[in-house]
This record gives sequence, structure tokens and C-alpha cells, in this order.
Amino acid sequence: MPDPILRLTDVATDIAQYHILKGVGFEVPRGQVTMILGRNGVGKTTTMRTIMGLWRNKAGRIDFDGTDLSPLSAAERCRAGIGYVPEDMGIFTDLTVAENMTLAALSGPPDAARLDWLFTVFPPLKTFWSSSAGNLSGGQKQMLSIARAMVEERRLYLIDEPTKGLAPAIVSTMVGALRELKRQGASILLVEQNFAVARALGDRALVMDDGRVTWSGAMSELSTDTGLQERLMGLSLEAT
Amino acid sequence: MSAAPDHKPTFARLSLGDQLGRATPYLLIPALIVLGYFAIGAPTSWLTLTVSGLAMGMMIFIMASGLTLVFGLMDIINFGHGAFISLGAFMGISVLFWLSGWATAASLPLNIAAVLLAILAAMLLTGVVAWGFERVIVRPVYGSHLKQILITVGALIVLEELIHVIWGGQEIFLNRPPTLQGAVTFAGAALEKYRILAVVVGLAIFVALRLVLRRTKIGLIVRAGVQNDEMVEALGYRLKLVFIGVFIAGSALAGLGGVMWALYEQVITAGMGENMMILIFIVVIIGGLGSVEGAFIGALLVGLLQNYVAFLEPKIALVSNIGLMTAILLWRPQGMMPVVKGH
Ligand SMILES: Nc1ncnc2c1ncn2[C@@H]1O[C@H](COP(=O)(O)OP(=O)(O)OP(=O)(O)O)[C@@H](O)[C@H]1O
Ligand SMILES: [Mg+2]
Repeated sequence: MPDPILRLTDVATDIAQYHILKGVGFEVPRGQVTMILGRNGVGKTTTMRTIMGLWRNKAGRIDFDGTDLSPLSAAERCRAGIGYVPEDMGIFTDLTVAENMTLAALSGPPDAARLDWLFTVFPPLKTFWSSSAGNLSGGQKQMLSIARAMVEERRLYLIDEPTKGLAPAIVSTMVGALRELKRQGASILLVEQNFAVARALGDRALVMDDGRVTWSGAMSELSTDTGLQERLMGLSLEAT
Repeated sequence: MSAAPDHKPTFARLSLGDQLGRATPYLLIPALIVLGYFAIGAPTSWLTLTVSGLAMGMMIFIMASGLTLVFGLMDIINFGHGAFISLGAFMGISVLFWLSGWATAASLPLNIAAVLLAILAAMLLTGVVAWGFERVIVRPVYGSHLKQILITVGALIVLEELIHVIWGGQEIFLNRPPTLQGAVTFAGAALEKYRILAVVVGLAIFVALRLVLRRTKIGLIVRAGVQNDEMVEALGYRLKLVFIGVFIAGSALAGLGGVMWALYEQVITAGMGENMMILIFIVVIIGGLGSVEGAFIGALLVGLLQNYVAFLEPKIALVSNIGLMTAILLWRPQGMMPVVKGH
């Protein structure tokens, strides 16, 4: 694979005394959407947090576009060009929508044209711009979390289960937004349990189990092979 | 299931109910003042006590504002905060003695200049000491409340002993500069000039803090950091640096509060800050950890109640504040202006 934007090599992460990641290795190709799939509790979120620097890996390497991320803090990793949408969305509920967005813009106030674009993708953000983010619905909070990561261009987006608990209409809004992001050339690493979403967006897929990557390949290969799905995840994705 | 709301160009505001909910704690201040009026009966005494309670509240607020932010932002319990109050007082009063020509002249500009320089010196010293304190005392005990309590209480004692070594073990008496002494008469009530000044300074500090917190990027980072420090980091900000800044600023405010308290009481002791810590903790807790506005309201309530009750029933003045804390925590267990933690 020519020059991936992100490469993990034998990454191991402990949380307290537990060994959670036990040697994770994979690559995220430039300009593509890479899915992380796997059962609950296998370490998908831990992988994202380790890349972002919110957990420190005790072994292995994380290379982002030619730089070793290991010595960098989460803040420095963000400034190096990684946008992060955490599983719990990380909305500042005491701040307004506008303040959440402004905070994420590191180089001065948010760019007006980009905001306009985000408003067309996520109209509620415009409607509730001056409202407290705590009053948004779950789906609107998720939109805010994604829009916040996108308020400035980042080279890589880490997005953890953006469709969790969302109604189908909002899921399709999310899919549309991420597709648009990809069309603009962004590289995306996406944790997703919803198989329809995974199939609609994914170029490549990784399957994790028990703190390791147990399979990686083209999303199309995984989505057409129910036998493979059952073997890797203990269930057919079609059924979910 | 519903689709996302339609694209509306209007900006929705906080609902009326929301705004009222946030404003309710503010209403407690006039409510307490009115209650005091009926409990005390004599309007002139009531007016004197009210001004005195507001002045005391403002000074407590100045001392508490930094502590609540440190608490909220980094989850640090710092008993050493009391030492910054004492340290500020001793530094400030030393400068006033040193500038006694200005401080004792019957000239308002000279008196004010002397007090301002005293405050500046106090804030500088406490700021510098806080910088070292954060590195040496606080940084090694992130994440462990028990260790924080033990080591910051230890640091409090050490700093108080240090004050004894530098300034001697006795309390020091002082006089306020002449133009800040005495009272003005308003509606038949004697209002001490210095208390009015304290109210003005406290209000100015509150407004300035609010402006910084609401209108600046650094304020935005602090408010967000109080809620969810990890997410602020993931958005590209080195919260540790911001925290050090807040710690220094908060300690410098404690130093300012110390000078003001010293001029109010006209006597200073190494333990004065420690003695204030009970009221300050009550204020921080009833305000809601991390909330400057909550601390402001809490401090005024505590100051007013303390003065009213001391007049009506001196024996139960401190108990009354514990009662206030209990009542408020029954009403809002997280304090009057709770900060919603993100994780
Ligand atoms: N803060 C923590 N303390 C202790 N254990 C944790 C912590 N966070 C996660 N774990 C454990 O680490 C393992 C992996 O968790 P992780 O959140 O990475 O799973 P996941 O694949 O994202 O699961 P899900 O699909 O449910 O989101 C789990 O067994 C979990 O219990
Ligand atoms: Mg997860």
C-alpha cells in the first residue's frame, strides 16, 4: 500500500492493570474510509483513544503521515491534523452550539464559508446556533460533535460510532456528511456497528477481537462473505 | 422518527424557563436582604448590616473565585489557598508600612496609590509563589484527593511558619489610610467608606472575571475545561498550561483578597487565611464547584447572613452558614450553579 496516512505497529495499551490492546497493527490509506468493526468490548474505542493520545500506548508505534505520535500530547496530535469525534460525543453542554464550534477552530474564528457548508449538511446547528448545547437532542449533539471536528480541515478524522442510537433519517444525514467529507479528500477511520452504514461508506475494513486486529481487507470482500463475517464476529453482519 | 428540523435562518435563544432557572439563585440575594429587613426591624441597622454583609461577601468572593476554578478545572483540592490570603496580606501591609508617608497622608490620591501598590506587590508575590507551589506541591498529586489534602494542608502549615519567620510570630495591627476611614451617612445609617469601596472592587472583579470567561477564547477554554478536560485537550489545547495560568491568577486574587481583608480587620495574623477557608469552602460548595457566578452569589449570601445573624443572635453566626449550605444542597445537591461534568 503506498504511503498510508496512519500506521499502527504492535500497539499495546493498558488501562489500569488490564491489558486492553495486545498488539494492534493496521494502516489507514490516504483519502479513504477505513472501518473498524467488532463485537462490544474488543477495544475499538481504546484504539481510537490511543491514536488520539488519550490513553498512552505502552508498546508499539503510531506513525501519522511520517511523524511518530508517541511523544505527542492529545493537543499536539490534534494540531498535527487529527480530528476526533469520541463515542460519548464530548459535547460541552454548558456552552452554546456556537461556543462549541468556536472552541474547535484553532486558527481564529471559524471560517464563514465552511460554517455555511456545515449548516447545509447539519441544518439544526444553524437553528440552534445560540442555544445551549445541553438542550440539543441526541442526534443533534452527534451532528455537533462531527461538525465540531470538521470546523477546520484535518488530515485524518477519528470517528467513534457516529450513528449510535440515531433514528434512520439522521443516520442518512450522517452518511451523507461523511461521504461529502471523504469526497473532499479526507482520510477517515470510523468505528461503526451499523452494517448498512459500514457498507455505504467503507473502502477498507478491520475486524478486531480481544485487543487485536483479526482481519483486514476490502470492505466489499467482507460485506459479500457472510461466512467470513460469522467466523470473525460470531454473527452475520447482514442479520444486524 | 422525525427528520432534522428545517433550515431556519433564525437563531433560537435559550428558552424563558431555562433563563429563569439559571437566574433563580441571583434572586436569593434580594430575597435574603428583604428577609433581613423584616427580621431586624430597624431600617438604619439593617442598611448598615446589609452594606457590611455585601462588603464581606465581596471579599470572600475575591478569595473564593480562584479556588472554585482550580477545583473545577483540575479537580484539585487546595487547602494551601489560605496561605496565599495570609501571604498577600503580609506583603501588602509591609508595602503600606514602607510607604507610610503616602499611606498616612490625608490625601485620597496618595492613599489610593499606596493601597494599589500594596495590592500589586501582594498579587505579584502570591502569583510567583503559586507558580512554584503548582510545580512542587500540586503537580505530583494530580488525581488523588487524599494526597492533595494531606500535602496542601502540610504546605499551608509550612507557609504560615514561613510568615512567622519573616514577619515574626505576633499579630500586626494597622490603621487604614485616613481617607478610607470613617463613614458616610446615608438615610440615617452610617456606612463605612471602606466597605463601600470593597463592594465596588468586588463587583469590578466579578464583572471582569465574567467578561474574561464569557468573551475571550481563554475563558471559553476554561469553561469547557471545567466540564470535560479531556475533550478540550483533544481539540488542541494544552489545558495544563491554562490551568497553571488559572492557578496563578486565582492565587493572586487570594492575595488581593488578603490585602482587602487586612484593611477591613486592621489586624493580620499568619492564620488569617486558614480561618477564612471554612467560609470560602462553604461558598465554593454552595455555588457549585467550578462556577464563578455561583461563588459570587454564594459569597454574598454568606456575607449577608453572617452579618444579619451576628446582629440578631451572635452565638449562631457560623452555624447559620452551615445551615445555609445544608439548605442549598438539599435544594440543589451540586450547588446553585452546577457545572455538568462531561465524563
Ligand atoms: N476506563 C476504563 N477502565 C477499565 N476498563 C476499561 C476502561 N475503558 C474500557 N475498558 C475496558 O476495555 C475493553 C475495551 O473497551 P473499548 O471501549 O475499547 O471497547 P469497544 O470495542 O469500543 O466496545 P463498544 O463496541 O461497546 O464501544 C473493555 O473490556 C472495557 O471494559
Ligand atoms: Mg466503543
